[in-house]
Amino acid sequence: MKSKKNHKRLRDLGFYLGNSLIGLVFVSPLLWMVAASFKPELAIFSNINSIRTFIPEHFSLANYIEVFRRLNIPQILGNTFSYIAIVLLGDLLFGSMCGYALAKLDFRGRGPILTLVIALMSMPVEAILLPLYIEVSRFGLGNTLPGLALPFMMNCFSIYMFYSYFLDIPDELIEAARIDGCGEIRCYFRIVLPLAKTVLATVFILDFVARWNDFMWPFLITTGEDKRTVQLAIQTFFGTQPIHYGSIMAALTLASVPMLLIYIFMQKYYVEGIASTGIKG
Amino acid sequence: MRAAANCGRGGNSLSGVILSAPAVFLLFLFLIVPILGTIYFSFFTYQVMRPDNILFNGFRNYQKLFRDRNFWAALRNSVYFTLLVVPFQCALALGLALLVHSRRRGVSIFRTMYFSPQLTSMVVIAILWVILYNSNASTGLINALLQHFHIGPIDFLNDPKTAMNSIIFMSAWQGAGYQMMIFLAGLNGIPAEQYEAASADGANRLEQFWYITLPGLKNTIKYVFMITLIQAMKLFTQPYIMTKGGPQNRTKTLVYFIYEQGFQKGNFGYACSVAAIFFLIVVTMSLLVKKLTRTN
Repeated sequence: MKSKKNHKRLRDLGFYLGNSLIGLVFVSPLLWMVAASFKPELAIFSNINSIRTFIPEHFSLANYIEVFRRLNIPQILGNTFSYIAIVLLGDLLFGSMCGYALAKLDFRGRGPILTLVIALMSMPVEAILLPLYIEVSRFGLGNTLPGLALPFMMNCFSIYMFYSYFLDIPDELIEAARIDGCGEIRCYFRIVLPLAKTVLATVFILDFVARWNDFMWPFLITTGEDKRTVQLAIQTFFGTQPIHYGSIMAALTLASVPMLLIYIFMQKYYVEGIASTGIKG
Repeated sequence: MRAAANCGRGGNSLSGVILSAPAVFLLFLFLIVPILGTIYFSFFTYQVMRPDNILFNGFRNYQKLFRDRNFWAALRNSVYFTLLVVPFQCALALGLALLVHSRRRGVSIFRTMYFSPQLTSMVVIAILWVILYNSNASTGLINALLQHFHIGPIDFLNDPKTAMNSIIFMSAWQGAGYQMMIFLAGLNGIPAEQYEAASADGANRLEQFWYITLPGLKNTIKYVFMITLIQAMKLFTQPYIMTKGGPQNRTKTLVYFIYEQGFQKGNFGYACSVAAIFFLIVVTMSLLVKKLTRTN
């Protein structure tokens, strides 16, 4: 009996020790980034070969002040959030409408649309960026917010997420609303959409993260400094003189805050969202 | 089949069309049209600087492509990255998932630790690692660490031998947490009774892993493998920020080559033919994986 208890203790110890050591490999680069962002420029590399490099001994906010002075943060954040808001509007509203129609309504063209949506779900967008760029420019939308956002307002993956969610909603519920004389489109907004909160939250987060992280399309379509998103702004900041590593680290840390907030406040939906893509796929 | 699929579906035809119209319109405009555009322009000589002079040239772009050493080098780089990063990252993710598949107190802290590189963007990570990978042991954190073990200094990103491997290691480190979450959901789907039964039959942990965990995760593994594969073939951001495709073009991937030809050199038609081939390769790869995993 006693040896069994000891055995369990040993395994607990292994669990905590092993996870802590491997966990350090994953967090230490990020901890170093945050620590460096609070150090005076000269102190960043001064004790790099000691563990003290992870502690800002002479705590300073100078790097953050420099970032706010050199970058137009309200404008950059404004661009990024407008971009994400337009994309989300399309994806949540039009995507759920289409997913519902495909799952629950019979109409001409339903079959081909569904086939197309599934076939193009894993289409790599990198293969169509060149004509997309020409198309958006021809519409006169090069270097504009609509030009940035419109091409990503709709994606097949979201439609499929909504479609498979609505498939599982019992028909009786919708039938009842129909008998009550509720029109099909009103019925969608009054009955169906309120039922879809979890899938709406999932698509919201997956979209938010994808657009927040997106680099290549904003990089191609925005030529002007005033239309830059967060990712573009830090990429250009990294290559702009004077190169101060402290302020670069501060910019990187600042750019990580929104995702951290999303994770803290919507962790359940975020993690379940990632997991659900695996179960559906 | 068709009748069964329609069973229970009702509503009039018009509302279905109205509800799906905005989505279909947007997909047509920004997905179908560009797909057709890629194929169409791949048969033309189209210089961005000379939009008045777009000439049909048949298969000339494709002929040029097959003789272009830079194209083959880019393809080789993309395939090399994919062949190494996919097994490494998937195995790492599965290992991490097994480590944190536990009900012990504080396990969510470890999950968050492994997931933390996902909480910031690839651009942030790439810039950070350019600094971490610095070849000088007095400024690069990794070389400073290796110095304690009397290794290096290694010029990670400027040595043609190590540049791509350095990007592979960083990408797996950044991405594994995501796939770990998918694996965790898969592990939670395996009934505990199966382990209890096996344990009662005297199966050790390795046998349990081999005969219960792996078969139970079959679909999850397939899915994770697939998304990692497609993601790997699209590699662009890391080499663009960290190496600009160098040293000696060792990190110039297919997507990088498309960008370089289309946007930097303005060979639009030629770049479209590369994009079409890229698309074909990704589709073929994913179909191949689907087929291979089905027979097993």
